[in-house]
Amino acid sequence: MKKTTTPFSPEEIAAEGIKPEEYQEIINRLGRHPNKAELGMFGVMWSEHCCYKNSRPLLSQFPTTGKRILVGPGENAGVVDLGDGLQLAFKIESHNHPSAIEPFQGSATGVGGILRDIFTMGARPIAILNSLRFGNLEDVRTRRIFNGVVEGISHYGNAIGVPTVGGEVYFDPAYAGNPLVNAMALGLMETDEIVKAGASGIGNPVIYVGSTTGRDGMGGASFASAELTDESMDDRPAVQVGDPFLEKSLVEACLEAFKTGAVVAAQDMGAAGLTCSTAEMAEKGNVGIELDLDKIPARENGMIPYEYLLSESQERMLFVGEKGREQELIDIFHRWGLHAVVAGEVIEETVVRILYKGEIAANIPARALSDDTPIYHRELMQEVPEYAQKAWGWTADSLPACDYEGLYVRENYLTWNDILLKLLDTPTIASKHWVYRQYDHQVQNNTILLPGGADAAVVRVRPIGAKPEDFQTGVAATTDCNPRYVYLNPYEGAKYAVAEAARNLSCVGAEPIAVTDNLNFGSPEKPIGYWQLANACRGVADACREMDTPVTGGNVSLYNETLDSAGNPQAIYPTPVIGMVGLVPDIRKICGQSWTTEEDIIYLLGSSSSTINHQPSTIPQLGASEYLAVVHNIIAGKPPEIDFALEKTVQAACRYGIRQEWVNSAHDCAEGGLAVALAESCMGNGFGAEVNLNVTTQQRLDEVLFGESGNRIVVSVNPENSSQWEAYLTEILQNNWSKIGKVMPLESSLKITTQDNLRLINVKIVNMKNIWYRAIQKRLDAS
Amino acid sequence: MKFGIIVFPGSNCDRDMATVTQGILNLPTRMVWHQDTDINDLDVVVIPGGFSYGDYLRCGAIAQFSPVMNSIIEHAKAGKYVFGVCNGFQILTEVGLLPGALIRNRDLHFICDRVRVRVERNDLIWTRKYSKQQVVTYPIAHGEGRYFADEDTLKALEENNQVLFRYCSARGEINEEHNPNGSLNSIAGIVNQQGNILGMMPHPERASDAAIGINDGLAMFEGLVMAIA
Repeated sequence: MKKTTTPFSPEEIAAEGIKPEEYQEIINRLGRHPNKAELGMFGVMWSEHCCYKNSRPLLSQFPTTGKRILVGPGENAGVVDLGDGLQLAFKIESHNHPSAIEPFQGSATGVGGILRDIFTMGARPIAILNSLRFGNLEDVRTRRIFNGVVEGISHYGNAIGVPTVGGEVYFDPAYAGNPLVNAMALGLMETDEIVKAGASGIGNPVIYVGSTTGRDGMGGASFASAELTDESMDDRPAVQVGDPFLEKSLVEACLEAFKTGAVVAAQDMGAAGLTCSTAEMAEKGNVGIELDLDKIPARENGMIPYEYLLSESQERMLFVGEKGREQELIDIFHRWGLHAVVAGEVIEETVVRILYKGEIAANIPARALSDDTPIYHRELMQEVPEYAQKAWGWTADSLPACDYEGLYVRENYLTWNDILLKLLDTPTIASKHWVYRQYDHQVQNNTILLPGGADAAVVRVRPIGAKPEDFQTGVAATTDCNPRYVYLNPYEGAKYAVAEAARNLSCVGAEPIAVTDNLNFGSPEKPIGYWQLANACRGVADACREMDTPVTGGNVSLYNETLDSAGNPQAIYPTPVIGMVGLVPDIRKICGQSWTTEEDIIYLLGSSSSTINHQPSTIPQLGASEYLAVVHNIIAGKPPEIDFALEKTVQAACRYGIRQEWVNSAHDCAEGGLAVALAESCMGNGFGAEVNLNVTTQQRLDEVLFGESGNRIVVSVNPENSSQWEAYLTEILQNNWSKIGKVMPLESSLKITTQDNLRLINVKIVNMKNIWYRAIQKRLDAS
Repeated sequence: MKFGIIVFPGSNCDRDMATVTQGILNLPTRMVWHQDTDINDLDVVVIPGGFSYGDYLRCGAIAQFSPVMNSIIEHAKAGKYVFGVCNGFQILTEVGLLPGALIRNRDLHFICDRVRVRVERNDLIWTRKYSKQQVVTYPIAHGEGRYFADEDTLKALEENNQVLFRYCSARGEINEEHNPNGSLNSIAGIVNQQGNILGMMPHPERASDAAIGINDGLAMFEGLVMAIA
């Protein structure tokens, strides 16, 4: 190849996040060297965050079509058909790195960004969920991040008037330096047509709307695609600042504008701001866009093209309008006090052409920025990594022996009561009311199940202004991922996450319909990191096929690693968060997780009294369990595997029971196993329970009480309906269910006994509740 | 009986209010843009919850200068009804139609929950469908809802029976444990001396639809209908 003098030093190229071989690729596509602004544009557009260069080959295996899927991956959000003319847009997105550096603004703008993805489609946001992961609350820095993130979400979501209805929060040292903040939003389509991103109509005006462009959030996409280091704190300017008030006005103005029919295409400005929106709109429409930076409302003077193009100032969108109707659109935005200017036009030549002070500041083929981008097919290590092999060798035999009252743990004898209370005191299991009480979860008057009360959130799907009595359809939503499972076995752990999300939806009576996924991983450039990513993607793909829940889009966040001061990278647990939505045909036929009525009969679905019909891997076991981690301080073993045939039948049975109004409560057994699930069903409304398990002291009782597995749901049923219910269960589940007890009076106790009436657990509800309810607050107060 | 619901940029409970007055009770309701000034056709002006103008200076501080505000003041002075909820209550205190102020919650966090409040009197249009001392459940959702006033103002409020709602326990006891935000005298809502202006932090409009599992607030709206019709 001919030698040319590179106008940039290797450091300048590296500073844009571009590798030397990628720089050569840029020259190949342009036929010349880029200028500074162009180099910056490639830097952000070729980041993992924007172009999925490491994950694209893996994502292609996801199932993405189905009878309810209207819009799959590639647009701002996925859209599914709920029937009766109701269409739901939904999507999840991460804001991990900004939240690590500036927790409040990082999480706030994460919420703002995901909401823009929703209303850009023409949908009105109706719910927010958050999937959050932090280090241990004993750590001061983690407490600061946790506080800031929750406050940021609260600040943005509350002000914009969209209820934050659910999600999950985990605490584990694996996230100490690199928290995960994934925000998911749901919206109800309000325009007749779904608004898409592809520009069309040569000569049509390109209209910039919303807030001004400033120097904030410069290069956030590249920043999000590199490891965090001690110096990352200096990158605080790469974190954007959000204005929920402005975005509230933007929602109203955009929806009003879309309804005029004068908007041809729309794209929000998130990562890589003007660069990404112009490139994607042009590329998707197979046209070009010319944009004049002198027309862009600037927040400050003296900005150069590089800064305009890489700014990630929030609350901005780009429209393609219908020629001749510009003013009509502009007037709407002005009425809401927002900027709206014609800043360019759609051109025939398929390039992004940026003008600045009468000259061409950048001129790049649109495809080179957003489609013809680098792709890395990495080699998958053939051997299971050593850490996993070692972990898989662990068995429960290495634990101290149990008797019927408890066991010795490092010299101390712990009763099962002690252990149950210890688990309830674990922040990951404890009540999250400290978190969700700071979120407005009731605004819009459609929240059917409040946070904390059920395995999934349920909101009524009611068009704006419609009478409540006319709408009985609901949508359920959840986010799930047990990252320890994924760490110990990425393939099985990812499958479990999908199955668990579906199970949580089934527990409120909803039929699982579609998935949005947020893949949070370490560096794919390391063999183990790629092994985790590749296997987890395969697990998500297989499980989504099994559960018939196609993936409609999502987000990939790699390089979630922190370099400690010695320069050693510490990767997070691989965390493929599954956001799943489900259809509730009738919001009057749903249920929560807590007992509702004394004397109701308690059943365990998915578990028979004998183990004959099970694969050994689906029996509750201690590998990868919360019990093993919290009580024995051991991270090892194999996570539970999903038996999809059983899983689907159990979920279907649960939904059927709820819709027949036989089942009064349903709760899946997750972290902490059966004992914790029973305790949680007690604490919600304060009812006690007496449970007799068909076990003997011949078995490991910790496995029985705290072992984890898929496929299991605890339900309570009114005695009047029990014979019908049992006949139904026998028919569809054969013997994969058991009657285990009954609901006791308010403020009594949870008692669990063996077949020969040995008492394993006997704890007062009030005692459990005190610990479970205060676990998080107590740790925050310690500061 | 016509409701008018004021819409500021940043209002976010305006539609929830209309859902109740129009969607559930079928009462004529219109949305009033903050720049409109002609509200003569209205019987009840509602200032809804939300974050008017972003609440950037201080909750409700900017809304008092909006064009519609003078018309609301005239409407109130004519003895017609004005009803402010949450941010609406904050605006009414900022503009001086109600005494006192709403400051940052005691524990400094935003609180969203369902709480119990006690109806202190039922001889006003707002509460005529409740019994006196009745305990009802309303949602709250605010970061700045701690009612505060100087001693003389507080004394006057109590002497004139202007406190309409107080936070309480399930059995109606007033104490600090059941005072979610640290409001003085556990005040959740007050009226002016004439009783035609009500400001309250809890959201009765979020408690008026059995389908969402809470409808203690509907009686307030039904009371308004009864009085006029």
